[in-house]
Amino acid sequence: MFAHNGIIVIFTLLIALMASIMPLPLSVDAFRPDWVLIVLIYWTMALPGRVNIITAWIMGFLLDVLLGSVLGVHAAAMAIAIYIVAESFQKIRNFSVWQQALITGVLAALYHLVVFWLQRFLIDVVFLTSYLYPVITTIVLWPWMFLLLRKVRRNFSIK
Amino acid sequence: MNPIFKHGPSPQYRLVLVLFCSALLIFFDHKMASFESVRGYLQSLVSPLQYIANTPKQVMTWASENLTTRQQLMTENHQYRLNELSFHEQGMQLEIIKQENARLRTLLASPLRSDIKKMVAEVLAVDSDPYTHQVVINRGANDGVYEGQVVLDAQGIVGQILHVGQTSSRVILITDISHAVPVRVERNGLRLLASGSGRIDRLTHNFVPHSADIQTGDTLVTSGLGGKYPEGYPVATVSFVSQDESREFVSVYSVPIAQIDRLRYLLLLSDKKQQSIFAPKIQSTAKAAQ
Repeated sequence: MFAHNGIIVIFTLLIALMASIMPLPLSVDAFRPDWVLIVLIYWTMALPGRVNIITAWIMGFLLDVLLGSVLGVHAAAMAIAIYIVAESFQKIRNFSVWQQALITGVLAALYHLVVFWLQRFLIDVVFLTSYLYPVITTIVLWPWMFLLLRKVRRNFSIK
Repeated sequence: MNPIFKHGPSPQYRLVLVLFCSALLIFFDHKMASFESVRGYLQSLVSPLQYIANTPKQVMTWASENLTTRQQLMTENHQYRLNELSFHEQGMQLEIIKQENARLRTLLASPLRSDIKKMVAEVLAVDSDPYTHQVVINRGANDGVYEGQVVLDAQGIVGQILHVGQTSSRVILITDISHAVPVRVERNGLRLLASGSGRIDRLTHNFVPHSADIQTGDTLVTSGLGGKYPEGYPVATVSFVSQDESREFVSVYSVPIAQIDRLRYLLLLSDKKQQSIFAPKIQSTAKAAQ
């Protein structure tokens, strides 16, 4: 994990974790993009040998601890979303950035729905459309994060 | 690393393994609640992340606090002085009333209320998970925080401590869907249960009979039943009562008095009752030993 500047990958993931718990005003908070998911999707697509389902599960587990939800909920959802990327990274790589953004949106929606279903199963939460607002911001954010992370990857020549 | 030829176990295998781990974790954490102590360690482990994530907000607060004009400070100071005067006057009265209350309680031979110790804490992070209402505070086991401790703000009840770490701990708010507070109507002593609804501005009250005397605008205070929350702290104001006779129960909603959406400084109450619960146990074991 640490060879070839692999530490940078961990560093970006930690920043994504921080961004997902950073305090925000209540009105903006509903639109908080899924930072961790975006960063994980990029690294799984770019370096599938290094970042994979196990990494995604660990990040989801950390998110569970940080968010105080039932342990394993975000971990399972994150692993399922990243599984799809890991299975078809070669296809997703060849899409244009906007197509990738749409795929990221679908994955983010899946992620949120899996989390919702598990929470619904455990504690009786009610579905609100506001739970899917992050999908919109995630789609908008993808191209910028893609360019930024690609620059990071090339700059540090992470293999 | 050549990504064309995959190494290690296949993704399907990994997914099944990982989902199995998740299922185990969910089962043991939710159904058996066997991760309470591990949670404390995990909380301590991730608290550096929370402290770092909180720095931008702290910088902003610091800037806004330091970049005030002299005029503003003077008006604020004046306001505080007036407040202090009125609070001081109320405090004097309170002292007399406390003594009187204690005397009356001894006359009635009812147990005396002990003084409750207080601790101030600051909100470190607000939960971004929409399914749960929790905040993280900057006090942990090192400061003597324990699970189930009652948390207030300047106006009323906020919630209770859920998990304790070394330097930070997690507060579950009264609006969380899995939380409920035993309350009574201040006007007539009617007992109710205030359950969280998952909405920041609403508590629901289930199983209120049609004969119950409850109106919009009634203040609900903690009833002290259940032993978690001390008696008499304000919780909510009734905002909606629907007397629909076709329904089995009256539907009652209320708005929390504590400003749940703008929490910053919180007060933790340490209850002496915590020890008194254990005290009879020791006596009974001593008796058993005799």
